[in-house]
Amino acid sequence: MDNNLREAYGKELLEIARKDERVVALDADLCGSTMTKYLQEEIPERFFEMGIAEANMVSVAAGLALSGKIPFVNSFSVFAAAQPYNQIRQGIALPNLNVRIVGSSCGLSDAGDGATHQSIEDIAIMRAIPNMTIVEPVDAEETRKVVRVSLQYQGPIYIRINRSSLPVLTNSDTPFSIGKMNLITEGSDFTIFASGSMVSQSLKAREILEKEGLTIRIINANTIKPLDKNQVIEYSKNVKGVIAVEEHSIIGGLGSAVSELLCDKKISITKVGIEDQFGQSATSHEELLEYYNLTPQAIVNKIKASIN
Amino acid sequence: MDSNKIKELKQKAKLIREGILDCIGVDKKGHLGGSMSSADLVAALYFYKMRINPNNPLDPDRDRFIFSKGHSVLAQYAALAEMGFFPKSELKHTKELGSILQGHPEIRTPGVEANTGSLGQGLSIGVGMALAAKLDRKDCRVYVIVGDGELCEGQIWEAITCANFYKLDNLVAIIDKNRFQASGSIKERYDIGNVKARFDVYGWKTWEIDGHNMSEIVDALDQAELEKESPCAIIANTIKGKGVSFAENNFSFHNNSLTKEQYEQARKDIACIVV
Repeated sequence: MDNNLREAYGKELLEIARKDERVVALDADLCGSTMTKYLQEEIPERFFEMGIAEANMVSVAAGLALSGKIPFVNSFSVFAAAQPYNQIRQGIALPNLNVRIVGSSCGLSDAGDGATHQSIEDIAIMRAIPNMTIVEPVDAEETRKVVRVSLQYQGPIYIRINRSSLPVLTNSDTPFSIGKMNLITEGSDFTIFASGSMVSQSLKAREILEKEGLTIRIINANTIKPLDKNQVIEYSKNVKGVIAVEEHSIIGGLGSAVSELLCDKKISITKVGIEDQFGQSATSHEELLEYYNLTPQAIVNKIKASIN
Repeated sequence: MDSNKIKELKQKAKLIREGILDCIGVDKKGHLGGSMSSADLVAALYFYKMRINPNNPLDPDRDRFIFSKGHSVLAQYAALAEMGFFPKSELKHTKELGSILQGHPEIRTPGVEANTGSLGQGLSIGVGMALAAKLDRKDCRVYVIVGDGELCEGQIWEAITCANFYKLDNLVAIIDKNRFQASGSIKERYDIGNVKARFDVYGWKTWEIDGHNMSEIVDALDQAELEKESPCAIIANTIKGKGVSFAENNFSFHNNSLTKEQYEQARKDIACIVV
């Protein structure tokens, strides 16, 4: 399963833990899903089962970080970012600690479990906290890089990981550094900033639009905060419009972040995301993406509508 | 414990109470009540029990202190200044814009170990430090002062459960049981019942002491150090505002300003404390 981000995360976490004794993992009874089980199996003394008690887990991670550890805190996005919001804010972000909050099964990707388990506003919540960095890897390869690079990074990071296997779009040579987005394809008519699962959807949208004579620049917005303002402006120049696509609410996520940076540049921005509503159960992630208009065709339709 | 050492610690507690007044000053709001109720506990920790060195404040082998009831940090500021972590002249700048002494604990202050004050979180942070010490096979110990009003926070009980599960015998929670929350008497407002019994049920080794009796504080801290396999809780019965006549058992001085007359009275009251 080399295209599964959770597997890639769990295995790379073990890999960095083998090399760096500071690495510890905390999990709230989801290690079989977040894939911290690999670390637990091999290095049990540096895996802490914290029970179903996320607030305590996050503050314990603060204590571990204050003692020089690099804790990776794991749960589903909705329980990792939203449930212990205040513990993250007060105990971790304010003192700027090296804690990595790993939100697994982000967006709608936990399809069956429904709205309670689908995290559509986690980016909005984390983005509003000063000192917080937000990363959403685009594929398994980039997930491994995020885990590796996070060891050298100062301050808290929220890492958002999709439950579904995603197409592999990068390889070991693709550069990755936190704070720099990656250009995936060049084009001159529109620029799409996409994150996570929506990068591959945008690539498919691009194929449709190319048949109609439009060329599309696609940016993998793997870092959502901090956004490099110069990079955003540069990629947004000389196109008919800018589109932000994300598996997240249209309120407060990547689209909001891009529009905050471009609002004084007179560049038109179209947001593709989950309209202001909750998710729900479905038999597959794809079915939900279809229902919430996060498909290639939906992206095409939004772009066309923006022309008019 | 010889009586001279106890006397010395009482003297330090008196200095801490004076330092709290330095922080609060005249016509500025400050958490007088809870700081005064914690003063003797803080004195015993900083001037007797804890192994810390202001010249090497980040020594990895140091003991840790966390004020989970962060609003009482004035007592800690006074102790840290007395130990030389920063000049005593800083105390009067507490809560001023840009001051190293914020309204609640922040690690920007030399000697402060964690950002606390959003109640309920400090004990969990202490659990993390105690786990780290176990992992690193260090014998350093972690002390956390928790308020009795703070015990309503659910996270506290998550931390208590966790500390017991991981057998953190290097963790000591001291409950500053001053019987008041911000809005009034705990008994009348929101009483969680028998605190000691609750800790007992959760598997902690517990002691109940007079939190203003220095010999009892010191003895309890010494006994806690001998405990193996269990986290320790010292339930310290205290008086909110202890040492300031008009503020004792008066919740309106939880976070209030002092008039010039009140400030001078408080100075006199503390000067009169016999050590």
